[in-house]
Amino acid sequence: MQIKTKYFGEIQIDEKQIIDFPEGIPGFQDDKQYIMIRDEDTDFTFFQSLKTEDLCFITLPPVLIAGDYGFDISKETVEKLELEEAEDVLVYSILNIPEDYKKMTANLKAPIVVNIKNNKGIQELLDDDKFDLKHPVFKGEE
Amino acid sequence: MLVLARKKDESILIGDNIEIIITDITEDKVKIGIEAPRHMKIFRKELLEQIQDENIKSAGAKVDISALRKTKI
Repeated sequence: MQIKTKYFGEIQIDEKQIIDFPEGIPGFQDDKQYIMIRDEDTDFTFFQSLKTEDLCFITLPPVLIAGDYGFDISKETVEKLELEEAEDVLVYSILNIPEDYKKMTANLKAPIVVNIKNNKGIQELLDDDKFDLKHPVFKGEE
Repeated sequence: MLVLARKKDESILIGDNIEIIITDITEDKVKIGIEAPRHMKIFRKELLEQIQDENIKSAGAKVDISALRKTKI
């Protein structure tokens, strides 16, 4: 099927690639289907809403931003995503990218968790002060 | 909304398996203990609001992708 995207114009996608977010993403509860677009040559992954052309989250794997990043996936999320194996999980941090890229921050407090076996996703909320809501992507440049 | 008055160490039961215990009260703070099944997600409401705001800000950005591609992480 053909979809309109915020950054890549109209693109052809395979319906099997659609990631379902049964609860949506906080702030955008009505958008429940996304497609993951991996930008070749970079580490960025784009979560483009199927329903809303103008809704696209730009993400990075959190390990690239904070090497020691790790958290326990909640039991609720394990159930909702029907997670069986740890290797089925992909984790992404949503980026907040201002005009000055050097001030880009990553949301480590609410990672996107995707079960690649069944293409279900959720934004996990980590209620712990050790995870930054606005973690600078470029170190030493606040 | 149901509003109940409780004293320190008193509790409230919700359904069959959730208990909310008032563990400490000071002038402007209440400490609450929650016993609930592990699969029930519990978090402070401000957290959800913060995440919503951050998502809206992140999604609102108009990013120049060609410039982004040149950015080295």
